[in-house]
Amino acid sequence: MKNKIQVTDIILAWSIPLIGLVLWFVVTLHQNSASLFPPPTDVFTAVKRLIKDGTLAENIEISAARGAVGFIIGGVIGFLLGVINGQILIAEKILNTPIQMIRNVPHLALLPLILIWFGIGETAKVVLISLGTFFPIYLNTFHGIRYVDSSLIEMGKTYGLTRFELFKDIIFPGAMSSIMIGIRQSLGRMWLTLIVAETVAAKSGIGFMATNAREFMLMDVIVLSLIIYALLGSLSDFVAGLIEKRILRWHANYRKA
Amino acid sequence: MKKMSEEVQGFKIEIKNLSKSFGVTEVLKDINLTVEPGEFIALVGQSGCGKSTLLRLISHLEKPTDGKIALDDLEVKKINPAVRYLFQEARLLPWKTVWENVALGSKDRSKEKAEIALQEVSLADKAEEWPSVLSGGQKQRVSLARALIGEPKLLLLDEPLGALDALTRINMQILIEKLWKEQGFTVVLVTHDVGEAVYLADRVVLVEDGKISLDKKITLARPRVKDNNFAYFERFILNKVMKNGEDIANEVADQTYAI
Repeated sequence: MKNKIQVTDIILAWSIPLIGLVLWFVVTLHQNSASLFPPPTDVFTAVKRLIKDGTLAENIEISAARGAVGFIIGGVIGFLLGVINGQILIAEKILNTPIQMIRNVPHLALLPLILIWFGIGETAKVVLISLGTFFPIYLNTFHGIRYVDSSLIEMGKTYGLTRFELFKDIIFPGAMSSIMIGIRQSLGRMWLTLIVAETVAAKSGIGFMATNAREFMLMDVIVLSLIIYALLGSLSDFVAGLIEKRILRWHANYRKA
Repeated sequence: MKKMSEEVQGFKIEIKNLSKSFGVTEVLKDINLTVEPGEFIALVGQSGCGKSTLLRLISHLEKPTDGKIALDDLEVKKINPAVRYLFQEARLLPWKTVWENVALGSKDRSKEKAEIALQEVSLADKAEEWPSVLSGGQKQRVSLARALIGEPKLLLLDEPLGALDALTRINMQILIEKLWKEQGFTVVLVTHDVGEAVYLADRVVLVEDGKISLDKKITLARPRVKDNNFAYFERFILNKVMKNGEDIANEVADQTYAI
Protein backbone atom coordinates (compact mmCIF):
# COMPACT_ATOMS: atom_id res chain seq x y z
CA MET A 1 0.00 0.00 0.00
CA LYS A 2 2.73 2.45 0.96
CA ASN A 3 4.62 2.51 -2.31
CA LYS A 4 1.38 3.41 -4.09
CA ILE A 5 1.30 6.80 -2.42
CA GLN A 6 3.28 8.95 -4.80
CA VAL A 7 5.55 11.67 -3.47
CA THR A 8 4.27 14.10 -6.07
CA ASP A 9 0.72 13.45 -4.90
CA ILE A 10 1.68 14.34 -1.36
CA ILE A 11 3.38 17.55 -2.54
CA LEU A 12 0.34 18.50 -4.60
CA ALA A 13 -2.06 17.75 -1.75
CA TRP A 14 -0.10 19.87 0.71
CA SER A 15 0.87 22.72 -1.65
CA ILE A 16 -1.93 25.08 -0.63
CA PRO A 17 -1.55 24.57 3.15
CA LEU A 18 2.19 25.19 2.70
CA ILE A 19 1.61 28.42 0.78
CA GLY A 20 -0.79 29.44 3.54
CA LEU A 21 1.89 28.79 6.12
CA VAL A 22 4.42 30.94 4.23
CA LEU A 23 1.91 33.78 3.79
CA TRP A 24 1.07 33.60 7.48
CA PHE A 25 4.76 33.88 8.32
CA VAL A 26 5.29 36.87 6.01
CA VAL A 27 2.19 38.78 7.10
CA THR A 28 2.90 38.43 10.82
CA LEU A 29 6.64 39.04 10.55
CA HIS A 30 6.76 42.22 12.62
CA GLN A 31 4.23 41.38 15.30
CA ASN A 32 4.68 40.14 18.81
CA SER A 33 2.81 37.47 20.66
CA ALA A 34 0.45 39.91 22.32
CA SER A 35 -1.17 40.77 18.98
CA LEU A 36 -4.51 39.37 17.85
CA PHE A 37 -2.87 37.15 15.27
CA PRO A 38 0.32 35.49 16.46
CA PRO A 39 3.16 34.59 14.06
CA PRO A 40 3.84 30.90 13.35
CA THR A 41 6.96 31.00 15.49
CA ASP A 42 4.84 31.79 18.55
CA VAL A 43 2.54 28.89 17.80
CA PHE A 44 5.59 26.71 17.41
CA THR A 45 6.90 27.72 20.84
CA ALA A 46 3.46 27.01 22.24
CA VAL A 47 3.68 23.53 20.74
CA LYS A 48 7.04 22.98 22.44
CA ARG A 49 5.75 24.29 25.74
CA LEU A 50 2.58 22.14 25.65
CA ILE A 51 4.48 19.03 24.61
CA LYS A 52 6.86 19.56 27.47
CA ASP A 53 4.20 19.81 30.16
CA GLY A 54 2.25 16.96 28.55
CA THR A 55 -1.05 18.78 28.12
CA LEU A 56 -0.97 18.61 24.31
CA ALA A 57 -0.71 14.84 24.07
CA GLU A 58 -3.23 14.38 26.84
CA ASN A 59 -5.80 16.68 25.25
CA ILE A 60 -5.39 15.19 21.78
CA GLU A 61 -5.77 11.74 23.25
CA ILE A 62 -8.93 12.64 25.13
CA SER A 63 -10.48 14.36 22.12
CA ALA A 64 -9.60 11.53 19.75
CA ALA A 65 -11.00 8.95 22.18
CA ARG A 66 -14.26 10.88 22.55
CA GLY A 67 -14.56 11.24 18.81
CA ALA A 68 -13.81 7.57 18.18
CA VAL A 69 -16.24 6.22 20.77
CA GLY A 70 -19.05 8.52 19.66
CA PHE A 71 -18.37 7.75 16.02
CA ILE A 72 -18.38 4.00 16.54
CA ILE A 73 -21.60 4.04 18.56
CA GLY A 74 -23.36 6.38 16.14
CA GLY A 75 -21.97 4.58 13.12
CA VAL A 76 -23.02 1.13 14.29
CA ILE A 77 -26.54 2.30 15.13
CA GLY A 78 -26.81 4.14 11.81
CA PHE A 79 -25.52 1.16 9.88
CA LEU A 80 -27.84 -1.32 11.59
CA LEU A 81 -30.90 0.90 11.14
CA GLY A 82 -29.91 1.47 7.51
CA VAL A 83 -29.64 -2.27 6.93
CA ILE A 84 -32.94 -3.04 8.67
CA ASN A 85 -34.86 -0.29 6.91
CA GLY A 86 -33.20 -1.07 3.61
CA GLN A 87 -34.12 -4.75 3.80
CA ILE A 88 -37.48 -4.84 5.55
CA LEU A 89 -40.23 -2.76 4.01
CA ILE A 90 -42.45 -2.69 7.10
CA ALA A 91 -39.54 -1.45 9.24
CA GLU A 92 -38.96 1.43 6.86
CA LYS A 93 -42.65 2.34 6.92
CA ILE A 94 -42.63 2.50 10.71
CA LEU A 95 -39.19 3.98 11.35
CA ASN A 96 -38.49 6.30 8.45
CA THR A 97 -40.87 9.10 9.48
CA PRO A 98 -39.60 9.46 13.07
CA ILE A 99 -36.01 9.24 11.85
CA GLN A 100 -36.61 11.98 9.30
CA MET A 101 -38.26 14.12 11.99
CA ILE A 102 -35.29 13.80 14.29
CA ARG A 103 -32.96 14.42 11.37
CA ASN A 104 -34.51 17.81 10.76
CA VAL A 105 -33.66 18.96 14.27
CA PRO A 106 -30.00 20.00 14.21
CA HIS A 107 -28.31 17.70 16.67
CA LEU A 108 -26.42 20.61 18.19
CA ALA A 109 -29.77 22.09 19.21
CA LEU A 110 -30.10 19.13 21.56
CA LEU A 111 -27.02 20.25 23.45
CA PRO A 112 -28.86 21.99 26.32
CA LEU A 113 -31.10 18.98 26.81
CA ILE A 114 -28.18 16.57 26.74
CA LEU A 115 -26.21 18.68 29.20
CA ILE A 116 -29.13 18.63 31.61
CA TRP A 117 -29.64 14.91 31.22
CA PHE A 118 -26.06 13.74 31.23
CA GLY A 119 -24.12 16.58 32.86
CA ILE A 120 -20.87 17.79 31.41
CA GLY A 121 -19.14 14.41 31.74
CA GLU A 122 -17.99 12.11 28.99
CA THR A 123 -21.44 10.60 28.42
CA ALA A 124 -22.88 13.87 27.18
CA LYS A 125 -20.17 14.33 24.58
CA VAL A 126 -20.33 10.76 23.38
CA VAL A 127 -24.12 10.94 23.08
CA LEU A 128 -23.90 14.19 21.13
CA ILE A 129 -21.26 12.83 18.75
CA SER A 130 -23.23 9.63 18.24
CA LEU A 131 -26.27 11.70 17.32
CA GLY A 132 -24.21 13.72 14.88
CA THR A 133 -22.53 10.80 13.16
CA PHE A 134 -25.59 8.57 13.01
CA PHE A 135 -27.51 10.21 10.17
CA PRO A 136 -25.04 10.29 7.30
CA ILE A 137 -24.22 6.63 7.82
CA TYR A 138 -27.87 5.70 8.22
CA LEU A 139 -28.97 7.53 5.08
CA ASN A 140 -26.16 6.31 2.87
CA THR A 141 -26.44 2.71 4.08
CA PHE A 142 -30.18 2.80 3.50
CA HIS A 143 -29.88 4.22 -0.01
CA GLY A 144 -26.93 2.01 -0.86
CA ILE A 145 -28.92 -1.08 0.05
CA ARG A 146 -32.08 0.07 -1.70
CA TYR A 147 -30.30 0.82 -4.95
CA VAL A 148 -28.22 -2.33 -5.29
CA ASP A 149 -28.64 -3.57 -8.87
CA SER A 150 -31.78 -5.72 -8.68
CA SER A 151 -30.62 -7.88 -11.57
CA LEU A 152 -27.71 -9.08 -9.42
CA ILE A 153 -30.08 -9.93 -6.57
CA GLU A 154 -32.26 -11.84 -9.02
CA MET A 155 -29.16 -13.70 -10.21
CA GLY A 156 -28.35 -14.58 -6.61
CA LYS A 157 -31.86 -15.93 -6.08
CA THR A 158 -31.68 -18.15 -9.14
CA TYR A 159 -28.46 -19.56 -7.72
CA GLY A 160 -30.27 -20.51 -4.54
CA LEU A 161 -28.39 -18.17 -2.20
CA THR A 162 -29.84 -17.92 1.28
CA ARG A 163 -31.01 -14.55 2.63
CA PHE A 164 -27.79 -14.19 4.57
CA GLU A 165 -25.63 -15.09 1.57
CA LEU A 166 -27.58 -12.64 -0.57
CA PHE A 167 -26.75 -9.94 1.97
CA LYS A 168 -23.12 -10.93 2.47
CA ASP A 169 -22.21 -11.52 -1.18
CA ILE A 170 -24.42 -9.11 -3.09
CA ILE A 171 -26.30 -6.49 -1.09
CA PHE A 172 -23.60 -5.41 1.36
CA PRO A 173 -20.72 -5.16 -1.13
CA GLY A 174 -23.09 -3.48 -3.58
CA ALA A 175 -23.94 -0.83 -0.98
CA MET A 176 -20.34 -0.41 0.15
CA SER A 177 -19.38 2.61 -1.96
CA SER A 178 -22.43 4.44 -0.69
CA ILE A 179 -21.68 3.42 2.91
CA MET A 180 -18.14 4.79 2.55
CA ILE A 181 -19.56 8.18 1.51
CA GLY A 182 -21.66 8.08 4.68
CA ILE A 183 -18.59 7.29 6.76
CA ARG A 184 -16.66 10.24 5.36
CA GLN A 185 -19.56 12.60 5.91
CA SER A 186 -19.94 11.28 9.44
CA LEU A 187 -16.26 11.86 10.15
CA GLY A 188 -16.73 15.52 9.25
CA ARG A 189 -19.70 15.78 11.58
CA MET A 190 -17.78 13.93 14.28
CA TRP A 191 -15.13 16.69 14.44
CA LEU A 192 -17.71 19.44 14.24
CA THR A 193 -19.71 18.00 17.13
CA LEU A 194 -16.59 17.30 19.13
CA ILE A 195 -15.40 20.89 18.84
CA VAL A 196 -18.78 22.31 19.86
CA ALA A 197 -19.14 19.88 22.77
CA GLU A 198 -15.66 20.55 24.06
CA THR A 199 -15.95 24.29 23.63
CA VAL A 200 -19.27 24.56 25.44
CA ALA A 201 -18.72 22.15 28.28
CA ALA A 202 -15.53 20.30 29.02
CA LYS A 203 -12.66 20.10 31.44
CA SER A 204 -10.26 18.52 29.00
CA GLY A 205 -9.68 18.07 25.28
CA ILE A 206 -8.56 20.35 22.51
CA GLY A 207 -11.76 22.38 22.59
CA PHE A 208 -11.28 22.97 26.28
CA MET A 209 -7.66 23.93 25.61
CA ALA A 210 -8.85 26.63 23.19
CA THR A 211 -11.60 27.92 25.47
CA ASN A 212 -9.26 27.99 28.41
CA ALA A 213 -6.66 29.86 26.35
CA ARG A 214 -9.28 32.47 25.46
CA GLU A 215 -9.66 33.29 29.16
CA PHE A 216 -6.00 34.20 29.29
CA MET A 217 -5.81 35.66 25.76
CA LEU A 218 -3.28 33.00 24.74
CA MET A 219 -3.70 33.55 21.02
CA ASP A 220 -0.96 31.06 20.13
CA VAL A 221 -2.81 28.22 21.89
CA ILE A 222 -6.12 29.15 20.28
CA VAL A 223 -4.58 29.11 16.80
CA LEU A 224 -2.78 25.88 17.63
CA SER A 225 -6.07 24.22 18.62
CA LEU A 226 -7.56 25.15 15.26
CA ILE A 227 -4.56 23.72 13.42
CA ILE A 228 -4.80 20.49 15.38
CA TYR A 229 -8.46 20.16 14.48
CA ALA A 230 -7.60 20.67 10.83
CA LEU A 231 -4.80 18.09 10.96
CA LEU A 232 -6.87 15.50 12.82
CA GLY A 233 -9.71 16.02 10.37
CA SER A 234 -7.52 15.50 7.35
CA LEU A 235 -5.83 12.53 9.00
CA SER A 236 -9.15 10.78 9.59
CA ASP A 237 -10.19 11.51 6.02
CA PHE A 238 -6.91 10.12 4.77
CA VAL A 239 -7.39 6.89 6.73
CA ALA A 240 -10.97 6.61 5.46
CA GLY A 241 -9.61 7.07 1.95
CA LEU A 242 -7.13 4.24 2.40
CA ILE A 243 -9.84 1.92 3.69
CA GLU A 244 -12.07 2.92 0.80
CA LYS A 245 -9.34 2.17 -1.70
CA ARG A 246 -8.84 -1.25 -0.20
CA ILE A 247 -12.52 -2.18 0.06
CA LEU A 248 -13.46 -0.82 -3.35
CA ARG A 249 -10.37 -2.09 -5.13
CA TRP A 250 -12.57 -3.97 -7.59
CA HIS A 251 -13.95 -0.65 -8.79
CA ALA A 252 -12.28 0.68 -11.94
CA ASN A 253 -12.12 4.21 -10.45
CA TYR A 254 -9.88 3.05 -7.62
CA ARG A 255 -7.60 0.76 -9.49
CA LYS A 256 -5.16 3.33 -10.82
CA ALA A 257 -5.21 6.10 -8.28
CA MET B 1 -16.95 -35.61 -18.17
CA LYS B 2 -19.98 -37.86 -18.26
CA LYS B 3 -21.31 -38.79 -21.65
CA MET B 4 -24.94 -38.26 -22.45
CA SER B 5 -25.30 -41.86 -23.52
CA GLU B 6 -24.15 -43.20 -20.16
CA GLU B 7 -26.61 -41.37 -18.04
CA VAL B 8 -29.24 -38.88 -19.06
CA GLN B 9 -28.95 -36.04 -16.61
CA GLY B 10 -31.48 -33.56 -17.87
CA PHE B 11 -34.81 -32.65 -16.35
CA LYS B 12 -37.99 -33.49 -18.18
CA ILE B 13 -40.16 -30.40 -18.41
CA GLU B 14 -43.93 -30.67 -18.55
CA ILE B 15 -45.98 -27.55 -18.95
CA LYS B 16 -49.74 -27.90 -18.69
CA ASN B 17 -52.37 -25.25 -19.43
CA LEU B 18 -50.02 -22.53 -18.32
CA SER B 19 -51.25 -18.93 -18.25
CA LYS B 20 -49.62 -15.80 -16.97
CA SER B 21 -51.07 -12.33 -16.65
CA PHE B 22 -49.55 -9.12 -15.46
CA GLY B 23 -52.55 -7.12 -14.31
CA VAL B 24 -55.01 -7.20 -17.21
CA THR B 25 -52.38 -8.11 -19.81
CA GLU B 26 -52.39 -11.80 -20.58
CA VAL B 27 -48.83 -12.63 -21.57
CA LEU B 28 -49.15 -16.41 -21.89
CA LYS B 29 -52.35 -18.19 -22.79
CA ASP B 30 -52.88 -21.87 -22.10
CA ILE B 31 -49.41 -23.13 -22.99
CA ASN B 32 -48.81 -26.87 -23.27
CA LEU B 33 -45.29 -28.09 -23.90
CA THR B 34 -43.21 -31.12 -23.04
CA VAL B 35 -39.42 -31.16 -23.22
CA GLU B 36 -37.67 -34.53 -23.02
CA PRO B 37 -34.65 -35.07 -20.72
CA GLY B 38 -31.49 -33.87 -22.43
CA GLU B 39 -33.39 -32.17 -25.22
CA PHE B 40 -32.31 -28.78 -26.59
CA ILE B 41 -35.24 -26.60 -27.50
CA ALA B 42 -35.32 -23.04 -28.76
CA LEU B 43 -38.12 -20.58 -28.16
CA VAL B 44 -38.32 -17.99 -30.90
CA GLY B 45 -40.72 -15.17 -31.54
CA GLN B 46 -41.01 -11.42 -31.84
CA SER B 47 -40.09 -9.39 -28.78
CA GLY B 48 -42.93 -9.15 -26.32
CA CYS B 49 -44.44 -12.46 -27.40
CA GLY B 50 -43.96 -13.98 -23.95
CA LYS B 51 -41.02 -16.31 -24.56
CA SER B 52 -38.85 -14.76 -21.84
CA THR B 53 -41.77 -14.86 -19.43
CA LEU B 54 -42.11 -18.58 -20.12
CA LEU B 55 -38.46 -19.02 -19.20
CA ARG B 56 -38.89 -17.01 -16.00
CA LEU B 57 -41.88 -19.17 -15.09
CA ILE B 58 -39.89 -22.38 -15.56
CA SER B 59 -37.20 -21.06 -13.21
CA HIS B 60 -39.84 -19.79 -10.78
CA LEU B 61 -38.65 -16.18 -11.00
CA GLU B 62 -42.35 -15.59 -11.78
CA LYS B 63 -45.33 -17.53 -10.52
CA PRO B 64 -47.95 -18.83 -12.96
CA THR B 65 -51.43 -17.33 -12.91
CA ASP B 66 -52.89 -20.67 -13.92
CA GLY B 67 -51.75 -24.15 -14.91
CA LYS B 68 -48.58 -25.83 -13.81
CA ILE B 69 -45.00 -26.66 -14.64
CA ALA B 70 -43.32 -29.88 -13.55
CA LEU B 71 -39.66 -30.88 -13.66
CA ASP B 72 -39.25 -34.67 -13.58
CA ASP B 73 -42.89 -34.97 -12.39
CA LEU B 74 -42.34 -32.57 -9.49
CA GLU B 75 -44.29 -29.33 -9.66
CA VAL B 76 -42.11 -26.21 -9.60
CA LYS B 77 -42.85 -24.52 -6.26
CA LYS B 78 -39.57 -22.78 -5.57
CA ILE B 79 -36.29 -21.93 -7.24
CA ASN B 80 -34.45 -25.17 -7.97
CA PRO B 81 -30.66 -25.05 -7.68
CA ALA B 82 -30.36 -27.70 -10.40
CA VAL B 83 -31.93 -25.21 -12.81
CA ARG B 84 -29.47 -22.60 -14.02
CA TYR B 85 -30.40 -19.38 -15.70
CA LEU B 86 -28.18 -17.44 -18.09
CA PHE B 87 -29.29 -13.86 -18.57
CA GLN B 88 -28.73 -11.58 -21.51
CA GLU B 89 -26.17 -9.71 -19.44
CA ALA B 90 -23.54 -11.77 -17.64
CA ARG B 91 -24.56 -10.40 -14.20
CA LEU B 92 -21.19 -11.03 -12.60
CA LEU B 93 -20.53 -9.50 -9.19
CA PRO B 94 -17.96 -6.76 -9.84
CA TRP B 95 -16.55 -7.04 -6.30
CA LYS B 96 -15.65 -10.69 -6.66
CA THR B 97 -12.82 -12.05 -8.77
CA VAL B 98 -13.61 -14.25 -11.73
CA TRP B 99 -13.13 -17.50 -9.84
CA GLU B 100 -15.14 -16.27 -6.84
CA ASN B 101 -17.97 -15.43 -9.23
CA VAL B 102 -17.85 -18.91 -10.67
CA ALA B 103 -17.66 -20.50 -7.22
CA LEU B 104 -20.92 -18.75 -6.33
CA GLY B 105 -22.61 -21.43 -8.42
CA SER B 106 -21.48 -24.31 -6.20
CA LYS B 107 -22.67 -24.93 -2.67
CA ASP B 108 -19.20 -25.39 -1.16
CA ARG B 109 -17.67 -22.44 -3.07
CA SER B 110 -14.57 -24.48 -3.90
CA LYS B 111 -11.81 -22.80 -5.86
CA GLU B 112 -10.76 -26.10 -7.37
CA LYS B 113 -14.16 -26.69 -8.95
CA ALA B 114 -14.27 -23.09 -10.13
CA GLU B 115 -10.96 -23.52 -11.90
CA ILE B 116 -12.14 -26.70 -13.61
CA ALA B 117 -15.30 -24.93 -14.77
CA LEU B 118 -13.20 -22.02 -16.04
CA GLN B 119 -11.04 -24.43 -17.98
CA GLU B 120 -14.11 -25.72 -19.75
CA VAL B 121 -14.83 -22.25 -21.07
CA SER B 122 -11.08 -21.67 -21.73
CA LEU B 123 -10.70 -18.88 -19.21
CA ALA B 124 -8.51 -20.60 -16.61
CA ASP B 125 -5.89 -17.84 -16.94
CA LYS B 126 -8.39 -15.14 -15.92
CA ALA B 127 -9.31 -16.72 -12.57
CA GLU B 128 -7.75 -13.94 -10.46
CA GLU B 129 -8.97 -10.98 -12.56
CA TRP B 130 -11.81 -8.60 -11.73
CA PRO B 131 -14.80 -8.98 -14.05
CA SER B 132 -14.51 -5.36 -15.20
CA VAL B 133 -11.37 -6.11 -17.24
CA LEU B 134 -13.07 -8.85 -19.28
CA SER B 135 -14.68 -8.43 -22.70
CA GLY B 136 -18.40 -9.03 -23.20
CA GLY B 137 -17.81 -12.52 -24.57
CA GLN B 138 -15.46 -13.44 -21.75
CA LYS B 139 -17.96 -12.22 -19.16
CA GLN B 140 -20.65 -14.36 -20.72
CA ARG B 141 -18.32 -17.36 -20.68
CA VAL B 142 -17.65 -16.78 -16.98
CA SER B 143 -21.39 -16.74 -16.33
CA LEU B 144 -21.64 -19.98 -18.32
CA ALA B 145 -18.95 -21.50 -16.10
CA ARG B 146 -20.87 -20.29 -13.04
CA ALA B 147 -23.98 -22.05 -14.37
CA LEU B 148 -22.13 -25.28 -15.15
CA ILE B 149 -20.25 -25.61 -11.86
CA GLY B 150 -23.47 -26.60 -10.08
CA GLU B 151 -23.95 -29.55 -12.48
CA PRO B 152 -27.32 -28.33 -13.70
CA LYS B 153 -30.04 -30.58 -14.99
CA LEU B 154 -31.67 -27.75 -16.86
CA LEU B 155 -30.08 -24.71 -18.42
CA LEU B 156 -32.31 -21.76 -19.25
CA LEU B 157 -30.69 -19.38 -21.71
CA ASP B 158 -32.37 -15.98 -22.02
CA GLU B 159 -30.71 -14.57 -25.15
CA PRO B 160 -27.28 -14.86 -23.55
CA LEU B 161 -25.60 -14.25 -26.90
CA GLY B 162 -27.79 -11.32 -27.92
CA ALA B 163 -25.29 -8.62 -27.03
CA LEU B 164 -22.18 -10.32 -28.46
CA ASP B 165 -20.47 -9.63 -31.76
CA ALA B 166 -20.91 -12.12 -34.62
CA LEU B 167 -17.60 -13.97 -34.20
CA THR B 168 -17.84 -14.31 -30.42
CA ARG B 169 -21.37 -15.49 -30.93
CA ILE B 170 -20.34 -18.34 -33.22
CA ASN B 171 -17.70 -19.44 -30.73
CA MET B 172 -20.20 -19.36 -27.89
CA GLN B 173 -22.69 -21.40 -29.91
CA ILE B 174 -20.07 -24.07 -30.56
CA LEU B 175 -19.10 -24.03 -26.87
CA ILE B 176 -22.68 -24.36 -25.64
CA GLU B 177 -23.34 -27.25 -28.04
CA LYS B 178 -20.17 -29.01 -26.90
CA LEU B 179 -20.93 -28.66 -23.19
CA TRP B 180 -24.52 -29.73 -23.71
CA LYS B 181 -23.38 -32.89 -25.53
CA GLU B 182 -20.86 -33.68 -22.80
CA GLN B 183 -23.07 -33.09 -19.80
CA GLY B 184 -26.49 -34.04 -21.09
CA PHE B 185 -28.57 -31.36 -19.37
CA THR B 186 -31.81 -30.11 -20.87
CA VAL B 187 -31.63 -26.68 -22.50
CA VAL B 188 -34.30 -24.10 -23.20
CA LEU B 189 -32.89 -21.27 -25.31
CA VAL B 190 -34.77 -18.04 -25.92
CA THR B 191 -33.55 -16.20 -28.98
CA HIS B 192 -34.48 -13.68 -31.66
CA ASP B 193 -32.08 -15.29 -34.06
CA VAL B 194 -33.76 -18.04 -36.07
CA GLY B 195 -30.41 -19.13 -37.53
CA GLU B 196 -29.07 -19.65 -34.00
CA ALA B 197 -32.17 -21.63 -33.05
CA VAL B 198 -31.85 -23.91 -36.09
CA TYR B 199 -28.13 -24.32 -35.50
CA LEU B 200 -28.46 -25.39 -31.86
CA ALA B 201 -31.89 -26.82 -31.13
CA ASP B 202 -33.46 -30.24 -31.52
CA ARG B 203 -36.79 -28.48 -31.66
CA VAL B 204 -37.79 -24.92 -32.42
CA VAL B 205 -40.92 -23.61 -30.75
CA LEU B 206 -42.47 -20.42 -32.03
CA VAL B 207 -44.34 -18.32 -29.48
CA GLU B 208 -46.77 -15.75 -30.79
CA ASP B 209 -49.15 -13.60 -28.76
CA GLY B 210 -48.67 -15.86 -25.77
CA LYS B 211 -49.45 -19.04 -27.68
CA ILE B 212 -47.35 -21.73 -29.29
CA SER B 213 -47.95 -21.43 -33.02
CA LEU B 214 -45.29 -23.80 -34.29
CA ASP B 215 -43.35 -26.74 -32.88
CA LYS B 216 -40.81 -27.90 -35.43
CA LYS B 217 -38.28 -30.70 -35.07
CA ILE B 218 -34.94 -29.89 -36.66
CA THR B 219 -33.89 -33.17 -38.22
CA LEU B 220 -30.39 -32.10 -39.23
CA ALA B 221 -27.32 -34.08 -38.19
CA ARG B 222 -24.81 -32.46 -35.79
CA PRO B 223 -22.52 -30.63 -36.02
CA ARG B 224 -24.73 -28.64 -38.28
CA VAL B 225 -23.47 -26.97 -41.42
CA LYS B 226 -25.26 -24.12 -43.11
CA ASP B 227 -26.21 -25.99 -46.28
CA ASN B 228 -29.44 -26.12 -48.26
CA ASN B 229 -31.27 -28.20 -45.70
CA PHE B 230 -30.27 -25.77 -42.98
CA ALA B 231 -31.50 -22.92 -45.14
CA TYR B 232 -34.81 -24.72 -45.63
CA PHE B 233 -35.47 -24.91 -41.89
CA GLU B 234 -34.32 -21.38 -41.33
CA ARG B 235 -36.55 -20.02 -44.10
CA PHE B 236 -39.51 -22.12 -43.03
CA ILE B 237 -39.44 -20.77 -39.48
CA LEU B 238 -38.55 -17.25 -40.49
CA ASN B 239 -41.49 -17.15 -42.92
CA LYS B 240 -43.77 -18.25 -40.15
CA VAL B 241 -42.44 -15.55 -37.82
CA MET B 242 -42.55 -12.84 -40.45
CA LYS B 243 -45.99 -13.68 -41.83
CA ASN B 244 -47.56 -13.07 -38.49
CA GLY B 245 -45.17 -10.21 -37.92
CA GLU B 246 -46.53 -8.47 -41.02
CA ASP B 247 -50.04 -8.68 -39.66
CA ILE B 248 -48.87 -6.93 -36.53
CA ALA B 249 -47.02 -4.33 -38.58
CA ASN B 250 -50.21 -3.68 -40.59
CA GLU B 251 -52.24 -3.41 -37.42
CA VAL B 252 -49.85 -0.83 -36.04
CA ALA B 253 -49.96 1.08 -39.32
CA ASP B 254 -53.78 1.04 -39.32
CA GLN B 255 -53.86 2.41 -35.81
CA THR B 256 -51.47 5.15 -36.75
CA TYR B 257 -53.71 6.22 -39.62
CA ALA B 258 -56.77 6.01 -37.44
CA ILE B 259 -55.28 8.64 -35.16
